[in-house]
Order: sequence, then C-alpha cells, then structure tokens
Amino acid sequence: MSKEFPADSIGLVSPRTLKLDEPLELDGGQVLPGFELVYETYGTLNTDRSNAVLVEHALSGHHHAAGYHAGERKPGWWETCIGPGKPIDTNRFFVVCSNNLGGCHGSSGPQSINPESGRIYGADFPIVTVNDWVRSQARLADALGIDTWAAVVGGSLGGMQALQWSIMYPKRLRHAVVIAAAPKLSAQNIAFNEVARQAIITDPEFHDGHYLEHDTIPRQGLALARMLGHITYLSDDAMGAKFGRELREGRFNFNYEVEFQVESYLRHQGQSFVDRFDANTYLLMTKALDYFDPAANFDNDLSAALAGVEASYLVVSFTSDWRFPSSRSREIVRALLDGDKDVVYSEIEAHHGHDAFLMPIDEYLQLFSAYMDRVAREVGA
Amino acid sequence: MNLELRPEFTIISDWIAPGSRVLDLGCGDGTLLRHLRETREVTGYGLEIDPANILQCVKNGINVIQTDLDEGLQDFDADSFDYVVMTQTLQAMHYPDRLLEEMLRIGRQGIVTFPNFGHWRLRYHLALRGHMPMSRALPHSWYNTPNIHLCTINDFEQLCRERSIRVLDRNLADDRYRDRWTARLWPNLMGAIAIYRFEHEHSGAKRGNAA
Repeated sequence: MSKEFPADSIGLVSPRTLKLDEPLELDGGQVLPGFELVYETYGTLNTDRSNAVLVEHALSGHHHAAGYHAGERKPGWWETCIGPGKPIDTNRFFVVCSNNLGGCHGSSGPQSINPESGRIYGADFPIVTVNDWVRSQARLADALGIDTWAAVVGGSLGGMQALQWSIMYPKRLRHAVVIAAAPKLSAQNIAFNEVARQAIITDPEFHDGHYLEHDTIPRQGLALARMLGHITYLSDDAMGAKFGRELREGRFNFNYEVEFQVESYLRHQGQSFVDRFDANTYLLMTKALDYFDPAANFDNDLSAALAGVEASYLVVSFTSDWRFPSSRSREIVRALLDGDKDVVYSEIEAHHGHDAFLMPIDEYLQLFSAYMDRVAREVGA
Repeated sequence: MNLELRPEFTIISDWIAPGSRVLDLGCGDGTLLRHLRETREVTGYGLEIDPANILQCVKNGINVIQTDLDEGLQDFDADSFDYVVMTQTLQAMHYPDRLLEEMLRIGRQGIVTFPNFGHWRLRYHLALRGHMPMSRALPHSWYNTPNIHLCTINDFEQLCRERSIRVLDRNLADDRYRDRWTARLWPNLMGAIAIYRFEHEHSGAKRGNAA
C-alpha cells in the first residue's frame, strides 16, 4: 500500500524487541528471571552518542510514540511533539521509547508466559514500580550503547519516570523534562485509582486476574475504569465545550440508555479501550502511580531526594489540569530551587485538563521547542 | 523588554559582586540575568509572569520560574540569595511594601528601579496641562497602565525609613539614563528613573556589605 505521510512526521516506523537475560530484582522483592522490552527509535544516534532522548509513556501509553505503523491510519501517541522540526526534533535527536515493563503492548507483562509455570502470568505478574521501570530502561540504554541521555522526557506518569531517572542515575541524563506530573499522588488521586481497580476486580469475568485462561476479559470493569480515568483527564470546561448538555435525540427518553452526548462519548472511550488494553496492566500501572514517592526514602523531604541530581529541568504544568494541578509541579520546582538546581518552570494556559500535554498548544510547543533546542545545542546535535 | 532599559542594567551590574546569587523579580526576557551571567558570573533565577517573556528567557538560557509576584515568594527560603533585583516592576505590584520586605527576607540586599513620579515633567503634565502624567518612562494612558502604585523618591525613601530599610546606593538618571548634575542636586525633581540598592538596617552590621 502506498501512503503519503505528513512532512512533519517521522513516517513509517516499526518496533523492535530487546531480550534481556539478566535477572531483575524488583522493589516488591520478586525477581524477574529475564524480560523483554519492546521499543521504537526515531532519528539517528550521532557518533559520540550524545543526542539520545528517552521518551517515557503515561498510564495507557506504549512504545509507539511517533510515526506510523504499516497499514495504520493513526500515528503514535505523541506525534504532536516528536518528529522533524517538532519539539523533540528527530532531525537532531535519536529518540527512544519503550513499552513499560508490565505493559500490554509487547514488553513482558501480565499477558506474557510465566517461564516457571508455562502459563500466562495474569495476576501473577509482579507489581512493578517506577523505580523498576527506570532500572529496566537503564538496561535498555546499556544495550543501545547510550551512556548518557541528552534528555529523559515524559508527561504525567512519564514525567514521574523522568524525575525518577534523574534521582536514580544522576550522571546518565543531562536534562529531565517533567510535564503535567506530581512528586507523588494525592489521596484524591489514589482514591480515583482505587475506584478504577475495584471496577475491574469486581467484574465477574475477572477470575482473580486469570481471565485469559478462562477465555474472557473483564470488559465491563475495564471500560468503567477507563471512563472514570477519562473524566479526570479532561477539565470541566473542556467537557462543557465539547458536549455541554447536548442530547443525542434532542429529548429526554426517561430511561437509562445513552441520552446525553457525554455519556455516549464516555461509553465509546471505555469500550474502545477494552480492545487495546489489558486489565491486569491497568491495575499494575495504577499501583505504580500510587506507590511513586521519591521523597519517602528521605524523611518525606523532596528537597533531600533531589539534592543529588545533576540534570537541568524543564517543568511544565497546565492551568486546567486538576488531576495534577500546577501546585503539584511547583512542589517539584520548589525542591529543585532548594538545591540550586537548574530549572525552568512554566504554567501553560490551556483548557484541555490533564490531557493538555498531548495537545498542539502553541505556547506549550514553542516553550518545549526552545528548551529542546538548548538541549540539542549543548550536546552538539 | 524595552531596549531603553539597558543603561540601568549597567548601573545595576556595577553594584553586584561577581559570582553572587541573584533573584530577578519580573525578569522580562532575561536580558539582565544573561548580562550578569556573562559579565559577573552570576547564578540564579528569574521570575516572570508573561509567557512571551518566559519563552525569550528559555532562548536566553535563563532559569526562569513562572510566578505571579502578587501571590508572594513563599517558594523561596530566607537568605537564599545575595541580591534580589526588581527593575521597573515595583509600581505595578499590588503590595509593593510587602514585596520590598520579601526581597530582604530572601536576599541580603535588594535592588529596585522605578520611574520617579516626582519628576518635573510629570508634575508639569498634571499641574499645568491637567492630564494624568505620561512620559518616556511612563508611556501608558491612565486607563490601561499596569502602574498602580507609583511613587516619588521621597515616598520611597520614607517607606524605607518606616520599614527599617537602609539605602546603600542611589542613582538618579534622566529618562535617557544619562547621569545629570541636576538630578544629583534635585533628585526628586530632576531624576526620571530611580535606582536603589538597600538592605535591612540590622543586617549590614551582621553580614557586611556584599558589594
């Protein structure tokens, strides 16, 4: 098939899989005897290997961050920001994005075969943490011959990974770009996650997480979890602008079928999510979010947790993000200021809510581009 | 930021000891911090609210933190900077008096510049022409000016006395930043732009003069 790609797209891409045989000791105490990471790369690694950028995905993301897979009409999830001439400019940077461990898009996870039992892991796949992800990605960096990332970049849960990278491997990255993130979840954040998990776990088709062996999936529960999550990704204003109180048939039917457009939208989001995401991975990812708290090992002092970092930071938040509001990003900024670290912070005016980090907002893209230009010039890219 | 402001940056940088830590409140496009970094090896941060300026700061390689100065500076610890600088911003603040005290909580010394409302040209505007004063330093009309707390040199120095703030340096320039003998003789009448360096009365003896 012949397909013309937009000029500012990296174009046709395909994933690769890295098999790592070294055991990985997890925060939870278990040991993965080995694991696979599926990843994509865009652009070219320069001769002194200084222009590599690691892109971290968020809760429902994956390794396909930019460009197009053969035969697919939709580009990667961060096509807005990755490509020729875009903030993460593939003409200058060598971009790497992997599917997180425990994911459901090709990296080792609940859908993989447990080598010990020969059965699908399902609920037996160990819960992994942000630290575990960073450790596994460090192995990927080793395998790719990348000693130091020019930048580690991510939004939301991806931003938390970028932050954690800078704490765990201070010498292995020059910049951390932390977008729409928080230094830890609030009680309200955890509460939303718990409702999502309960929706999945109490689905009769869940079968204690071994639903695949029963040839079924907890459709209803996973869809509900996604519907709930989706509400927290959008702002009241964004939902109002998109749907308002619009009725599908223009009148009340006095029943419980879909009546309002927003109901229809949410149900569609829920149902389409079920076809591309695994319920056990959803549980695991929300747990990794809940557990994330780099200050916990430092007497709950984030400044102390960030005292040893050597990276420079770009921290970005969005005005209408109520999931991780600007005040949460400012906590990170304040801790960096305490340690005299290099940091740029901007709060972008946007009505999109938490999802703004994926959106083509001029002010955001310009700032991101200007910062990445600084990164590129620093590493000679 | 207005190119006309550059001469005051020269005066300010002469006052700043090499290698010190500077916080620039309302740093604009980061020109001053960049100048200080390049000429005085200064480190520090700029605080700015305008996104266009923040973008320019990033292009200038400045550590800029988006901040609404009217919401206070509680993100900054006491005594964490050698100098806290604020150029042409004091008069646009909701609480300029509180901000001056915040500057001296965070920094050992403060540096401010502001348009002197006692300048003869402004007095002439109001007294003889009956209009709200406008000048090169105050180009806005009364209805769209960001300058809500204008003051004269006498007003500023009175506030300093009331708040136990000691003036260490004062420079009055005309509206083209030229140093004129007239401004030295009759500062409140002939000085268009006021540039001050100051500290708390009790702090100088304790820590010595940084500059």
